Amino acid sequence: MEKKTAAVKMRNITKRFGSIVANDKCWLDIYRGEILALLGENGSGKTTLMNMLSGIYFPDEGQITIDGKDVVIRSPKDAFDLGIGMIHQHFKLVDVLTAAENIVLGLEGKLDLKAASARIREICDTYGFEVDPDQKIYDMSVSQKQTVEIVKVLYRGADILILDEPTAVLTPQETDKLFTVLRNMRDDNKAVVIITHKMHEVEALSDRVAVLRHGQFIGDMLTKDTNAQEMTNMMVGRPVTLNIDRPEPKDPKPRILVEGLTVRSMDGIVKLDDVSFTANAGEILGIAGISGCGQKELLEAIAGLQPTEAGSIRYVEDDGTEEELLGKDPLSIAEMGVTLSFVPEDRLGMGLVGNMDLADNMMLRSFRRGKSLFTDRRTPKKLAETVVQELEVNTPGVSTPVRRLSGGNVQKVLVGREIAAAPTVLLTAYAVRGLDINSSYMIYDLINRQKAAGVAVIYVGEDLDVLLELADRILVLCGGKVSGIVPGRGATKRKVGLMMTKLGGDTQDA
Amino acid sequence: MFDILSFLPRAVMQGIPLLLGSTGETLTEKSGNLNLGIPGVMYVGAICGVIGSFLYEQKVPADQMNAVLAVGIPMVCCLVGSLLMGLLYCFLTVTLRANQNVTGLALTTFGVGFGNFFGGSIIKLVDSEVPSIVLSATNRYFSASLPFASKLGVVGKVLFSYGFLAYIAVIIAIIASYVLNRTRTGLHLRAVGENPQTADAAGINVVKYKYMATCLGSMIAGLGGLYYVMDYAAGIWSNNAFGDRGWLAIALVIFTVWKPSWGILSSFLFGGLYILHQYIPSGMNLAVKELYKMIPYVVTIIVLIITSMRNKRESQPPASLGLPYFREER
Amino acid sequence: MHEPLFHISKRGALPWYRAWLIRGLALLAALVLCAVVTTLLTGINPLQVYVTIFKGSFASSRRFWDMLQRLSILLCVSLAVTPAFRMRFWNIGGEGQVLVGGLASAACMILLGGKVPDAGLIALMTVSAMVAGAIWGGIPAVFKARWGTNETLFTLMMNYVAIQLVRYFSVVWESPKGSGSIGVINPSTHWGWLPEIGNAYFLKVLVVALLTIGVYIYLNYSKHGYEIAVVGESERTARYVGIKVEKVIIRTMLLSGALCGIAGLLLVGGTDHTITDTTAGGRGFTAVMVSWLAKFNPVWMILTSFLLVFLGKGAEQISSQFQLNQSFSDILTGIILFFIIGSEFFINYQINFRKSGDKEGK
Repeated sequence: MEKKTAAVKMRNITKRFGSIVANDKCWLDIYRGEILALLGENGSGKTTLMNMLSGIYFPDEGQITIDGKDVVIRSPKDAFDLGIGMIHQHFKLVDVLTAAENIVLGLEGKLDLKAASARIREICDTYGFEVDPDQKIYDMSVSQKQTVEIVKVLYRGADILILDEPTAVLTPQETDKLFTVLRNMRDDNKAVVIITHKMHEVEALSDRVAVLRHGQFIGDMLTKDTNAQEMTNMMVGRPVTLNIDRPEPKDPKPRILVEGLTVRSMDGIVKLDDVSFTANAGEILGIAGISGCGQKELLEAIAGLQPTEAGSIRYVEDDGTEEELLGKDPLSIAEMGVTLSFVPEDRLGMGLVGNMDLADNMMLRSFRRGKSLFTDRRTPKKLAETVVQELEVNTPGVSTPVRRLSGGNVQKVLVGREIAAAPTVLLTAYAVRGLDINSSYMIYDLINRQKAAGVAVIYVGEDLDVLLELADRILVLCGGKVSGIVPGRGATKRKVGLMMTKLGGDTQDA
Repeated sequence: MFDILSFLPRAVMQGIPLLLGSTGETLTEKSGNLNLGIPGVMYVGAICGVIGSFLYEQKVPADQMNAVLAVGIPMVCCLVGSLLMGLLYCFLTVTLRANQNVTGLALTTFGVGFGNFFGGSIIKLVDSEVPSIVLSATNRYFSASLPFASKLGVVGKVLFSYGFLAYIAVIIAIIASYVLNRTRTGLHLRAVGENPQTADAAGINVVKYKYMATCLGSMIAGLGGLYYVMDYAAGIWSNNAFGDRGWLAIALVIFTVWKPSWGILSSFLFGGLYILHQYIPSGMNLAVKELYKMIPYVVTIIVLIITSMRNKRESQPPASLGLPYFREER
Repeated sequence: MHEPLFHISKRGALPWYRAWLIRGLALLAALVLCAVVTTLLTGINPLQVYVTIFKGSFASSRRFWDMLQRLSILLCVSLAVTPAFRMRFWNIGGEGQVLVGGLASAACMILLGGKVPDAGLIALMTVSAMVAGAIWGGIPAVFKARWGTNETLFTLMMNYVAIQLVRYFSVVWESPKGSGSIGVINPSTHWGWLPEIGNAYFLKVLVVALLTIGVYIYLNYSKHGYEIAVVGESERTARYVGIKVEKVIIRTMLLSGALCGIAGLLLVGGTDHTITDTTAGGRGFTAVMVSWLAKFNPVWMILTSFLLVFLGKGAEQISSQFQLNQSFSDILTGIILFFIIGSEFFINYQINFRKSGDKEGK
């Protein structure tokens, strides 16, 4: 085979956001007829780098070359003209428009939706997609929306495709389908880039892999010449052994009893369907499932934030008396004397106030204390200082707005505050998302300490490997239903993975 | 007796400035800009037209006036004035990403002040006994109705008795509706107002669309001011006479759930509500008339409440309305 | 292809003094432009313009006190709308809330004057003005809290309902008959006129000074103030920590409305001794800008309201001295606002110019 020339060359690309350096003199080569996996931990600058290729961001420094020609990509339109199409993790679709309208968005010429629909059907037939051109986006499921995104890029005849973590929202079957399509595109001599941090996807799909770390380019190689261990080491920057402590639970006894819990979203879609389980004190209950299978609703229902349709959630006191939590808001739950801590998925949108400083954020949980009309600012400030010290939060001070901290430090502040309340129940959603390995281990450790202190921990995770090592029991959710509860010790990835999809086919087609 | 025959044409005439204002504001809002400066824009549109025709009338005696110039000069002045206002709003909110509410209110303060200042200055120039500028010669051209209108009796009076700007207003609303719903430009504009990030990623020039829609919207709204003074008010400008029509035009946008085609009949309805108090017999009780004048506002409030209660996807404001867009937001 | 000349990025935190330096420069630029505009319209030299503006507020002690009084009332309305703004509730209905507050005061003066002791009457006026304002602010809040009804447009419409209400009562209570306006209420008995302390102006200045301190403490140190800040930043966070968002919205707007009512009371009972549909005089809208320019900080609001009142009086001075009309001040105010509004951009963003031909890749 002849030596291929790079379709895209990125050289010395630097991008800063305020004081944060997202990409630091980054290099990258992308070839046609090849699937490149762009690998890196969360926050390593993969998405930012690709956003500069697709014209969303503009690099502060550096040069991009397409097919040997120096180019300047000022806008997404420039990117399209160069044949670059990106499928973003957060879909770029307009909810109130139809699939066809979204697909032709940004193109030129006379608007002819009929002709567009015909071409969309043609593309769908070629690749085996299913898209109804006249369906509104807000009526679509996540995977349907992704399909629209892919069709949109193909419709424009892009030959350099970038997909940002496309499998995060897909079932394994859908993932397989997507991979088949991507391979077809490669064989069509298109350049395909897939951003991921999942090792098995790299191995299953890619021809070449490039690794980023802390915004810097670490290296690239042919996938067949490397292995998972080597790639992990490159990603993290040092040899890693992934061993998480899992002490035996001490004296587990029921703390939260959930029975027949059913939740419907605002649009009438069933999010939780007859969910029943028990969470024990002194134990970590892991929740596994493809994202969007009801994990969020489950935690929010227990925390008193989610209106429910049926079922019950009871809190069991140490002496065995049971109290209903359902129908109570967070305030009345707290007034019952139940200390329930919740680390939500959306840290800055829900758990913390980005524009307030650390001390004021500590106050969120405690400001009501006391009869005074005025707030006590000293105690939260002390708590903030303690959290900063004990959890090694990297911040200029406790009067820095939380928004200015990096993802890992934000999470430490949130977890620190929630644990400081000395909870009896701790709910966490994706507690280590976006964190580097070090911070992640600190969080696991904190959670384990809570478990040892007799807290009932409910841990929603996306990384099966971690769940299998950390949780005492694993509850698997699929399409809002419980497809089973297995002991964490001895469970295999394959088994849990199958349970995650057991009901998937039934609900997706409905 | 309720005199429907004289009521209808007056309701229409009352409605035309609102129609132009609301069509302009709808276009603007479709791009995600909530322009609370529309009252100021309409004011400026009106006074610029007044200035233009005043200068022309001063120069040329009424019997030597050229119809094209008599209409064209105020029109061009009005369009330029309101365009500049739109540009100012865009520069501040789109380019400099300033708060839209504050900018809009400042624009209204400025526009109304501008109108009253120049209005007042011209009034002083002509040194008339009443505090107003009379442009009756220009008014003749603006309010000229079709020659056969008077021969068609009732039909003629209700349908054909208006000045040309009234028909232009209706045509603009129809065109706006067509463009928004049927053309690529309209599709792109809606996308910009709903989700500028998405529009941007699709290669649509968000800044350009926001500027275009807002400036065009301002010019259309400005024509509303011009129609008011040249036709409805019979060519007589007096300070503050335009009143709260600008705000009503903004209210009308909500009333029509962002659909210019609905705006045509709705504006006539609003116009009717606005003058209803003159047609409801209330005897000598002047106080009650004041209560009737409340009706358009109360109706708007009720519509606002109902649309928010129904929470229907299609009748909501553009999702990014009022928010500045910055591509590299993180 | 050529590289873009510059590109814009968000700034990190700017030290406060640099932020104020930028605002100061904007103000300076605006003043220069104002002088140019004035010179073009009047022919007087720019320096003379500034002197005249200055004279508007400081030439005599009467002017100075009048400036203080106007500042107080504008500040009062600005203080009133600020709690709502901190909550991101765009209350542009200050105008209407002031009017109904004034109307309630006037009603007490007309209907109860002479029938209850004067101290009692003033107490009644205060209570009814606050209640009326609170109702006017509360109605949109209830709908916002329950159904998310757009508050900007709702409060705007409430202004006009209030104006018509005032016009209605102007006819009902007209004096003299046939005038269609209320005229000075209790001109000889002075029933319900707010007492004078020292001079005719000081009472209002004092009341608003106390309110400023009160609102400052309420917003920054009270539990309510903290709740308002959290709701304003993120409703989801507020719910997450058990704050009842609906309650906070309604409570805050009742407060906003009640404070506007006090402004109405000061205007009707303390300054005008009558009510017309222009009693609020656009302060409801100006207050939005005063509050926003001061970053919703009551102490900075003293400065921003001073700036607007000072300019307003200055422009009036120019108009009367050079026979221009009163609206001249709106034009100057507009120009200054545009500059200050625009200057925020340079505080939040920076422009990076790129050197062309600066290619490093090898």
